[in-house]
Amino acid sequence: MEIDPFIFRLSIFILSIFIGYYVVWSVTPSLHTPLMSVTNAISSVIIVGAIIAALAGNSDSVFNTSSIFGFLAISLAAINIFGGFLVTQRMLAMYKKKKKGK
Amino acid sequence: MISVNLSAIFYLVSGVLFILALRGLSSPETSRQGNFFGIMGMIIAITVTFLSIGNFSIGFIYVLIFLLIGGLIGAFIAYKIPMTAMPELVAGFHSLVGLAAVFVAISAFLNPEAFNLGTSGNIKLGSLIEMSIGAAVGAITFSGSIIAFLKLQGIMSGSPITFKGQHPLNALILIAIVILTYLLCSTQSSNLFWILLVTSFLIGFLLIIPIGGADMPVVISMLNSYSGWAAAGIGFTLENTALIITGALVGSSGAILSYIMCKGMNRSFFNVILGGFGATEQSANLSSKEQRPVKSGNAEDAAFLMKNASSVIIVPGYGMAVAQAQHALREMVDTLKKNDIKVSYAIHPVAGRMPGHMNVLLAEANVPYDEVFELEEINNDFANADVAFVIGANDVTNPVAKTDPQSPIYGMPVLDVEKCKSVLFVKRSLSPGYAGIDNDLFYKENTLMLFADAKKMTEDITKNI
Repeated sequence: MEIDPFIFRLSIFILSIFIGYYVVWSVTPSLHTPLMSVTNAISSVIIVGAIIAALAGNSDSVFNTSSIFGFLAISLAAINIFGGFLVTQRMLAMYKKKKKGK
Repeated sequence: MISVNLSAIFYLVSGVLFILALRGLSSPETSRQGNFFGIMGMIIAITVTFLSIGNFSIGFIYVLIFLLIGGLIGAFIAYKIPMTAMPELVAGFHSLVGLAAVFVAISAFLNPEAFNLGTSGNIKLGSLIEMSIGAAVGAITFSGSIIAFLKLQGIMSGSPITFKGQHPLNALILIAIVILTYLLCSTQSSNLFWILLVTSFLIGFLLIIPIGGADMPVVISMLNSYSGWAAAGIGFTLENTALIITGALVGSSGAILSYIMCKGMNRSFFNVILGGFGATEQSANLSSKEQRPVKSGNAEDAAFLMKNASSVIIVPGYGMAVAQAQHALREMVDTLKKNDIKVSYAIHPVAGRMPGHMNVLLAEANVPYDEVFELEEINNDFANADVAFVIGANDVTNPVAKTDPQSPIYGMPVLDVEKCKSVLFVKRSLSPGYAGIDNDLFYKENTLMLFADAKKMTEDITKNI
């Protein structure tokens, strides 16, 4: 008998929760704000679903009810991706060590 | 067009890169590299999606246009936003993830063929369950984050909004959501899908309004977690590994941060979520307290005390962010250091409006991160320090948390500021903090109150040193 692919995805999900648990505990508290902004950016990988949704329309009608939601989701997720990664980069660039170049 | 298996492997790679992105944040040195990994992971995920669809017709151009519009807005915000507004920004971004999840779910519900989920009105049961969960959690994330954003921006009052029957109503709506999901899955009715979305928007709104401004660190972390679970729900629907991995990572990350924030306040998660904290005690406390004498001073007194100290510990709080005093503070510290005075910073876990808020502000003001310490690292040093300079913090220094079991903040870990030889307290007035509790520290023999705007006072002190 074959295993339902859902079980495989569930396994990945559960294991990822554990990875997340250990990785996030090792994040230094002073970087908790960048942690939030970067998790924000990466959770916008939901854009993958938005792209599939947007391109689901056929070639003579790019915009239909279903694909419009996809296009809107692309823009929303893109705000997050660019905004999230860039603001994280901006923050991380500010963390400096003591007496450099002094 | 690339094969399903090949694209699955690429999605896995991008998931691994996201794990490395979070791993990088374990220290400031590796963090920039971590962010780079995150960006790579995102580029891979998006490219693979295009290649696996393999449709580079006119629709593809439109996708790029929408991507670019969003990207430009995002980049613009990222460069313009002041660091003090970071909590609002993160809350706003959470709402976008939530809404994007809702939109993807709607699109998948309307056109399941495009996602291989069956046909309209006959969607595979498993997919429909996953889709409903993703959509509901996404909707809650969206409306909850909007409320959090409005409260943080000050557009909406930061004080808790409570009304009679609030909790039973919320419980009722949550039960309704579960029943709606069940009915939706058994009937496939599109009307039920819309009702489910509306109810979820409503509950997100109702869940956040009773939570006060100072509990925002927990709320933001919690919404962070929700946005992750929403993404994971959609990931199951789309059978996409990158989304499932990311959703799980973000979900657990937010949950851990909420836990850390709750522990920083010695409150249970449910206590925060049920909300209304600080709304009731305030009046009772104000009337029962008699006038007690306080010593207040000016910038010269403060400068004199600090000049004669050999070590100073700075305790920043939300008030510093409000007054934008971080740069003035750094200048003051520079002057102190020139006089060979040892200075360090003590950060309470819930100082500010989001996890790590104070650290970012100090970093922005060019304070080296190895001078900034967490509560456990520095709490023993107060006894040996000459001056504690409390700027914009209040409840996190209140010794009542250690001495009075009746106090609402009893048991909360606090900074042992009172052990310092003298305490300087920059504050606008004697008003109690958000918890509505009088701070005993104000009336201590060795406390000098400096009633002024935090930024102005700090600048004046610098001039006098």
